[in-house]
Amino acid sequence: MTVNRDHMENTNQTGNLLTDAAFLQDIRRQMIKFATLQLGDGHLAEDAVQEALIGALKNASSFNGRAALKTWIFAILKNKIADTLRQKQRVINASSLLHEDEEDEELSELFDRKGFWQKDERPVAWGNPEASLRETHFWSMFEACLERLPPKQARIFMMREFIELDANEICIAMNLTTSNLHVLLYRSRLRLRECIENKWYLQGERNDELP
Amino acid sequence: MMNCHDATRLMSELQERPLSITERIPLKLHVIMCSGCKNFKDQMNTLRLMTRTYAKRETSITNE
Repeated sequence: MTVNRDHMENTNQTGNLLTDAAFLQDIRRQMIKFATLQLGDGHLAEDAVQEALIGALKNASSFNGRAALKTWIFAILKNKIADTLRQKQRVINASSLLHEDEEDEELSELFDRKGFWQKDERPVAWGNPEASLRETHFWSMFEACLERLPPKQARIFMMREFIELDANEICIAMNLTTSNLHVLLYRSRLRLRECIENKWYLQGERNDELP
Repeated sequence: MMNCHDATRLMSELQERPLSITERIPLKLHVIMCSGCKNFKDQMNTLRLMTRTYAKRETSITNE
């Protein structure tokens, strides 16, 4: 028995990962979060995650180690999400395109013609974030700000910062050039930063708590 | 002098790639003189910390 188990562990490491309940639960939760953010529908997200995991189980043995498997599972999930969006021909596609057309205009409102901050857009000091991170309120605000990002930006930002894929992996998975990726991440960070600042750090009620 | 638009773009890219010396020096000079961009620089790190903390919160709840 012991010999068999050792043999399994050496030759079938990824197979074991997929029977590792903690690993599966962890990754499943991240997938659902990711899919829900992109599909805007919990049930559709569950379905996409389920299908992606079934797809992953079929070919898991060809992957060596946790990081490679995770990257690959999310690549499958991304395809499922794209399929779902196409099948449903969701109105969101049209409206998201509209949003992304408006982007340059919105961003140019942040800076003046010479490229310097508009006076009322200049970032303020946030101070030490530790206290905020312990507040439940903070996280609802944070989530609301994430959900307000244009869909494509949200997708890319989450791949980079939530799933922690590196830039190359995202470019390959999403068929983007490096400079496209930099622009999308830059825009998402500008927007997210602005949203957090307006909804948290510049809120009147918050000021009461500042020293 | 580098403007805020270029400075913030570089500070975002710094989260993905190391900057060259010809990018680093003008950026450093700009950030010394611009409080808005100094705050933006700190916020790039804070944003990453926030998102990772958020990811941990979302993935670490074991009791439903």
